[in-house]
Amino acid sequence: MRDVAIIGVGLTEFGELWDKSFRELIAEAGSKAIFDSGIGASEIDALYIGCMSAGRFVGQAHVGALVADQAGFSHLHIPSIRVESADASGGLALRQGYLSVASGLNDIVVVGGIEKMTDVTGNAASDILATGLDQEWETFFGVTYPGIYAMIANRHMHDYGTTREQLAQVAVKNHANGSLNPYAQFKRPIDIKNVLNAPIVASPLGMLDCSPLSDGAAAVVLCALDKAKKYTDKPVKIIGSGQASDMLPLHGRENICTFEATVYAARSAYKQAGIQPKDIDVAEVHDCFTIAEILAVEDLGFVKKGDGGKAIENKITTLDGQIPVNTSGGLKAKGHPVGATGVSQIAEIVFQLRGQADKRQIKDAKVGLAHSIGGDGASCVVHVLEAMK
Amino acid sequence: MADAAVPRFWRAIPQRYNLIANQCSTCKKVYFPPRESCPYCRRKSIGKMKNIKLSGRGEIVTFTIIHDAPEQFEGQAPYPMAIIKLDEGPKITAQIVDCDNNVKIGMKVQSTFRKIQEDGWVGALYYGYKFKPVK
Repeated sequence: MRDVAIIGVGLTEFGELWDKSFRELIAEAGSKAIFDSGIGASEIDALYIGCMSAGRFVGQAHVGALVADQAGFSHLHIPSIRVESADASGGLALRQGYLSVASGLNDIVVVGGIEKMTDVTGNAASDILATGLDQEWETFFGVTYPGIYAMIANRHMHDYGTTREQLAQVAVKNHANGSLNPYAQFKRPIDIKNVLNAPIVASPLGMLDCSPLSDGAAAVVLCALDKAKKYTDKPVKIIGSGQASDMLPLHGRENICTFEATVYAARSAYKQAGIQPKDIDVAEVHDCFTIAEILAVEDLGFVKKGDGGKAIENKITTLDGQIPVNTSGGLKAKGHPVGATGVSQIAEIVFQLRGQADKRQIKDAKVGLAHSIGGDGASCVVHVLEAMK
Repeated sequence: MADAAVPRFWRAIPQRYNLIANQCSTCKKVYFPPRESCPYCRRKSIGKMKNIKLSGRGEIVTFTIIHDAPEQFEGQAPYPMAIIKLDEGPKITAQIVDCDNNVKIGMKVQSTFRKIQEDGWVGALYYGYKFKPVK
């Protein structure tokens, strides 16, 4: 396999972008990434687009062809592939693009991620998101997406003594980070009382424990590393890529406080990169709910199982902590346009490794990790990136 | 699911109405819902998966009280949902009833046949299992 570098990134602002359409969002992110990379349209070999459910959010399937057309590439007739793995769709699109360049099939590809979630009512959006769970054996019986994570939280509190306050601290940290990110949906810091007093969604999780419904898009340009120097002095190399799956319903798994898909995806990414969890300088993890970040820092090996609550309490994961997590604000504050999220995490890590993260910059960040979960942990994609000298 | 056709629900009736699981005759593991073959014994289990009726008894592994409910469940909120480990081994996700929303990890429960959800005032009613505390 060849080495692959990221040579360009682009993002739209995330939020309730009522005056922007699905098409406008992906075109905006894509053209920003292409301008950032300096490539020409004729050099692009293929497009990979992460998108969870345009068919239901905006009534549009055939997303691959739509995006190629919208980008102005239809006359080039390049392959364009839509990739779906619930809210890990963006992470998986990156992996597919990466594999296509690493294999030698393509030299340059653009990977996009997109979701437009606010063209339907909140109730409808919740139903669509819940299709990432097990429709027949979970949601039919009345459990919701927050409800599933709430059940994980209750068991984590029972087994490891994790507290309600520790869950809330994840939201407080991520809002603080989001307030420093111009692309974030929520740029307002919150305090622990705001989280604890918010309306309950599914106990113990309240509204401020949940990531929002968002519109947004992100894109990155991948290039074979030996050709990357032609375009940039600061290529970011993909040194590890891992993917894993698990039982679709949470109840099907032996242990409901561990996402084995994360454990296995991380293991293969670390192995390929030849590194240990302690070598990671900055990480973007899938905090769709506050408990999910606690699970992620454990399952990625940053702390041992059960210590995720203490990690946030002891400020290990804050901007000035030992392993800063979700410097962008995470899904919680940056927003979670589900298909875009995995690609936007990569953009944040690239900003960090290039030294372009402004007020949220982690000093001397050399190695970064992005972690993307589908549904309640039935799929996971992990990437490890390294700054090139 | 207002646009779902009847067969989608018809197919699941044996499991949802009667808690029918199946068991691998080779390793004795029990699966709910039933599987074509045992994921661990693979081809050795083909033709050796035996249907069994579950007792419906089990213990709560974890739970939540759902406050923000899907439209088809709005009249029931707030309601408890739980993951239950059945005595025969499989775990299952279901609503807990007849408990005044007082649910605890480790609580013993028993299955009961109830209405699960409805498609508004004029749509279909869907039935299946819920669980209640063992008195």
